[in-house]
Amino acid sequence: MINILLITFTITLLYLAMANRLLTYIRIIAFQGILLFGVAFIQLIEISLLNLVFVLLETIIIKAIAIPFFLKYILDRNHITREAEPYVSNFVSVVIVTSFIVGSFFLTNIVQDTYVRKIFFIVAFSALFTGLYIIITRRKIITHVMGYMVLENGVFVLSLAVGSEMPMVVNTGILLDIFVSVILLGIFADKIGDVFEEQDVEQLRNLKD
Amino acid sequence: MVDVMLMIYLPGSLGIALLFYFLRKYSFQVILAASFILLQSSLAVFEYVNRGITQLTYFTPDALAILFLGVISVVCIPALYHSFVYFSKHPYKPREQGMYFAAMTILTASLSAAYLSNHIGITWVFVELTTLSASALIYHRRNKLTLEGTWKYIFICSISITLVFIGVLFVTVAVQQQGITDLFYRNLTLNAPAFDVFWLKLAFLFIFTGFTAKAGMMPMYTAGIDAKDNAPYPAAALLASVVMNVGFIGIFRFYEITSQTSIFEWTNKIILISALLSVFVATVYMVRVKNIKRIMAYSGVEHMGIVMLGMAAGGIGYYAAILHLLLHSFAKPALFFQFGQIYRTFGSKSVYDVGNYFKYNITGAVVLLLAYFVITAVPPSGIFVSEFLVFRSLFESGYLWILIVVLILLTTIIWAFGRNVFKMLFIKPVDFDDTRVEKIPFSESLSQFILLGLVIYLGLTPPGQLVELINSAISALPR
Repeated sequence: MINILLITFTITLLYLAMANRLLTYIRIIAFQGILLFGVAFIQLIEISLLNLVFVLLETIIIKAIAIPFFLKYILDRNHITREAEPYVSNFVSVVIVTSFIVGSFFLTNIVQDTYVRKIFFIVAFSALFTGLYIIITRRKIITHVMGYMVLENGVFVLSLAVGSEMPMVVNTGILLDIFVSVILLGIFADKIGDVFEEQDVEQLRNLKD
Repeated sequence: MVDVMLMIYLPGSLGIALLFYFLRKYSFQVILAASFILLQSSLAVFEYVNRGITQLTYFTPDALAILFLGVISVVCIPALYHSFVYFSKHPYKPREQGMYFAAMTILTASLSAAYLSNHIGITWVFVELTTLSASALIYHRRNKLTLEGTWKYIFICSISITLVFIGVLFVTVAVQQQGITDLFYRNLTLNAPAFDVFWLKLAFLFIFTGFTAKAGMMPMYTAGIDAKDNAPYPAAALLASVVMNVGFIGIFRFYEITSQTSIFEWTNKIILISALLSVFVATVYMVRVKNIKRIMAYSGVEHMGIVMLGMAAGGIGYYAAILHLLLHSFAKPALFFQFGQIYRTFGSKSVYDVGNYFKYNITGAVVLLLAYFVITAVPPSGIFVSEFLVFRSLFESGYLWILIVVLILLTTIIWAFGRNVFKMLFIKPVDFDDTRVEKIPFSESLSQFILLGLVIYLGLTPPGQLVELINSAISALPR
């Protein structure tokens, strides 16, 4: 079951690479939250009940509902156009993300470790690289946050791989989510739209030497 | 019983931050600032007395934590004082002012907690908190440039903190193989020789790279530069000193763990490369840059590079590195506080618009001149002593070529920095209307004189306790 969920998670990365609209990105991120809920449930079933409930509530409430909701709210409020506007064509993106997945596959095979299941590493590394790739290749500031969310979901998968023994690590990782929500609420929600007319990284080029 | 102090301090500083936000009258804010300073200094004194006793399970005041706690308790006093000066000259809405003070309180408190933490996860949590509170300070002016600076700072710091977290996960893998289920530094250091080298190497790379964003070194130094450029100058003083210390402490604690293992030589090489590149980058930019605040920020990159060179060289270099870090944390705020007066006199951050400073503000000019000599390690500056010891350690450990390169780079920095400082002090500015220059009282420069005096005093005649604390902080490292 865990394999099916994780493989679906990897497929969402490919879908992300070819998606065109920001709304699709938000839906994918919400869907990833639901998938991670399932993975966390199966993987962490042995930890104490209170902790399990906390982790599960976090994945479902923050990852799958709150952050996508904030992102949607920001899109509407700042009248951001609905295209993602990548620098490279979607075809190239799909090829590159595929190569990330294949690359993580080989990378993980170098690792000799009996304590961690390899599939977690493959999925986590693919998500990490895809997140960074999205940050680099998309024009809008808001897609940077989305890329960061994907990267962070990858980190969450990684923390699940080692977390059944040490739930504290998973709990700490959850703070990253809360951190992102605070950033979204605090700075993004209404400020960037007021100061910059275009939601474009090209606007962030004034600070230099 | 020893838990009491932290049980008062952590909620107490949070409470003071909230009160700062809600009680916006001037008199209240002064009282709040005074009570926070009282709380902060009593924490430092308390932890010094109760050295080595674990409190609230996750906090242990070891020698390094006490040193940095002492530094932050000293530096936050002039920082708060200059914040009041700043607000008396640049009026802001009371709400924004309250937000600023609240953020500064939380920043100071979370830095103190991060210094004291004895658990890798707790350090991580508090370092994350410093990013949030620091970004509120950077965003204080709420214009286009500060927004850009804040956004870059948050973004690079969040990526870095994620990298640190990945590093912690790799440590977890290594730790589980040994059947340990917690991440206290003490346990990690004890069991380090048994850890799997592969995971430890990966973990070191990620944790080191992540913390360089705070420490202001290659490769993640960029965020800090924009942050120091855009934050109001009292906040920039904190960002350029005590926040860099938190990055250092994050690296240092993990370095202690790796020093017990076979990858120690390898980690030294990584640190050496990063340190050398930091000094190089700082040199390149200090020759080019004409924005006074950015010059000061790049000078911080240079000094962190020197500190890390000392660490990588080992031997006497460890002692020199810690001493250098402490002295730098006193000297750099003095420069930033002085920048506040320069900006009030000339209304510009650019070296081109500033000049003949001796004519307009003589005490300020003396401070600037003195600070320049102190920060570039001209004797009798205490930084001269620590820098000299770093060079000696490089020489003794056989890095002669690196030493030569570093000396050339540092000479270039002294020239580049000096060119700008002397231009500001003596050469007439172009198109400057000096009819409306305000007189800046001597009292505002007093804190800078004290800080610079501390640098000279601590460097030349370090008190016995200081030497003992530094030696104890580095006692875990191999000689």
